[in-house]
Amino acid sequence: MKEIILIAVPFVAAAAALVWPKEKTRPQLLTTTGAIHTALALWLFVDPPTVAPGAPLGFDALARAVLPAVSLLFLVCSVYGVAYLRLRSERSNRVFVAALLALLGLMSLALQAQHLGLLWVAVEGATLSTVPLLHFNRTARAVEAAWKYLLIGGTGVALSLLGSFCLGYASLHDGGGGDLTFTALTAQGPTLSRPWVLIAWVLLLTGYATKMGLAPMHTWKPDAYGEAPSIVGALLAGGMTTTAFVAVLRVRQVVAAAGAGDVTDRTLLALGLFSMVVAALFLLGTPDFKRMLAYSSVEHMGILSVGAALGGAGMWAALFHLWTNSLTKGALFLSAGNMRRAAGGSTMSEVSGMAILTPISARIFVAGMFAVTACPPFGPFFSEMRVVRAGLERGHGMAIAIFLGCLLFAFFGLTRLVFAITDGRPRKAANAPGNRFRETAGVIVPPLVLLAFSVWLGLATPTILREAWTAAVRTLVPASISQSFPTDIRRNLISTALQRGVFGDSGVETVSAVSTGYRKPFKRFSPRSSRITALKRGANKRDGKVSGPAP
Amino acid sequence: MSSTLNLLVGLAMGLNLLALGSNRLPSIIRAAAVQGMVLGALPLLMEEKFHWLVALVAGGTVGIKGFVIPKLLRHALRAANMDREEGPLIGFIPSLLLGAAATIGAVAMSGALPLRPEHAGTLLVPGAFATVVSGFLLLMGRTKAISQVCGYLILENGIFLFGLLLIRTTPLIVEAGILLDLTVGVFVIGIIVDRIQKEFDTLDTRKLTSLHE
Repeated sequence: MKEIILIAVPFVAAAAALVWPKEKTRPQLLTTTGAIHTALALWLFVDPPTVAPGAPLGFDALARAVLPAVSLLFLVCSVYGVAYLRLRSERSNRVFVAALLALLGLMSLALQAQHLGLLWVAVEGATLSTVPLLHFNRTARAVEAAWKYLLIGGTGVALSLLGSFCLGYASLHDGGGGDLTFTALTAQGPTLSRPWVLIAWVLLLTGYATKMGLAPMHTWKPDAYGEAPSIVGALLAGGMTTTAFVAVLRVRQVVAAAGAGDVTDRTLLALGLFSMVVAALFLLGTPDFKRMLAYSSVEHMGILSVGAALGGAGMWAALFHLWTNSLTKGALFLSAGNMRRAAGGSTMSEVSGMAILTPISARIFVAGMFAVTACPPFGPFFSEMRVVRAGLERGHGMAIAIFLGCLLFAFFGLTRLVFAITDGRPRKAANAPGNRFRETAGVIVPPLVLLAFSVWLGLATPTILREAWTAAVRTLVPASISQSFPTDIRRNLISTALQRGVFGDSGVETVSAVSTGYRKPFKRFSPRSSRITALKRGANKRDGKVSGPAP
Repeated sequence: MSSTLNLLVGLAMGLNLLALGSNRLPSIIRAAAVQGMVLGALPLLMEEKFHWLVALVAGGTVGIKGFVIPKLLRHALRAANMDREEGPLIGFIPSLLLGAAATIGAVAMSGALPLRPEHAGTLLVPGAFATVVSGFLLLMGRTKAISQVCGYLILENGIFLFGLLLIRTTPLIVEAGILLDLTVGVFVIGIIVDRIQKEFDTLDTRKLTSLHE
């Protein structure tokens, strides 16, 4: 019941926003709804309900591992939204507030959808509800961005509908009933018609990757993020992309169950690396700091995709990265919005000296820049390290080399632009009277909170969160543990692990530490005894951080 | 039943080529609208028993795709005071040839795919793929926003046609949801097209070039 309320509350609030008479108090609906939504999401997170098999909707392990991040991000952004809309009081916020709330409702629906058709309806709805948000500034550039978003996003989502039908048709062969819930499709597994499954995978991946913004389907992203209000950018980069990624994961699960798991892993790895390369190249060239955030988002979607291609440990890292990326990007977008407003422009030629003009926002922005470029102690550092480790364990040395190279170039690109706009003297235009921007608590505290979340997730990832990710990985990659090892030692290993309760909270990482030890014979140790040592070590420190592979 | 079905799907495939080969915008709109109406009526033909939700979805599709959307697009045409597609990125003859090739390719491809016995003798699968490709050609090859919207509509028609393969097995409530989403989608497109017209004083999407690296 709570999971339905989670979806219904934003919709009711959206309807209320449409008829709310007072411009001034309408934005409060955002914070109220955000607070109720977060409270409900956390309640569900701590006390997850059982999902009836065959139900089209449910708060399952994957929803539990992801939805609270979106909910938290919305709550923090809504606080910023109130302050932002006060600054934009010259314009009616009726449609804006309603569309934001509808977006939250549709994202909650999409994240909990257990039915292929329902998932599509929710993602398409979320796409449509974003258009008025992109169009809020009503400038020619905003219209252009909205048009490109609508056309590219619309076509992408249309392809994913075709893919959903193809997957449905695959299930009609061999006596299947055409039940489009993910549990039924996964259970049908190998009896799904393979040609149709592969067609469906291509179409669904293209469609949902367009929504994620993986290259080469990312072209809407810089335009949309560059022209949208920063709160919309934050929610798109942290919420919408997360939703699309979850859709990809759910489809991947079905396709892998049908016996095409290697195909999915290869395509996700290739698409992820390509996105990272494209993003790194564009980051080196773009002069606009809001468009820069879009390319950074493309890069991080690439990281998610690479992680998802690397089996259980990689999937765990991807879920971790999903959280750290959402919250860190939120901080960057919100502080960038402050700077954009104070400077009156967003390119290197228009903006400089932001450290003087908006000292706090500029500092948050610089800190956020270090966070997204994977500098410790921020969350993305830890999650990206896990992706690297998972890749090395699976023997993808070359892919990881490209991965690290892209991170390095992205770091060059981001630092180049960020220091160019924060350093130096402010431009004259920005100092003109009437253009003053005051850094009030309403626009400063939200990005600070998000940055604090990022540090917290990195340094002290809560155990309950790790457990939630492990549970999600267990449903997404059921074979992740058994496939990593040769048969003769697998039985031994798993029984030892079960005795020690290693799989209780973060089994994936512990076992992956073992596999590192096993796969590196040059380290000269008896494989068997060291595996057990590693298991002991893993079991001993499963509450703390895992620092590295077994010695 | 199968022959009537094939006749209607064949008609829809012919309309693809009509839309691809025409340079007059009103005839592209008409082709998309007639195609939408033909396909909208198909669910009634495919269901043996009368079901009110099927009738509602069919009626809604015919009404929206055949009347509401074309009216919206013609209104935009009048406001922009234009009639012809100019300077397409893929010419009319090449796009017609590509469309024809796609139709042949779709028939050949669906011969190679495993089909259910009840669908093996119908044009549903090749018709769907040919229509999707034609929609894509219009979307990519034309410069006027109206032609692109028509391309999107034809793409959607193709997907709708493919969806008919599943009509007996998926709950219709999903189809109703899809129809609702499409309707809202086209209205949103209509509003943005109107804004493009007001803001840029043209419906030529080649003018939308201020956002780039």
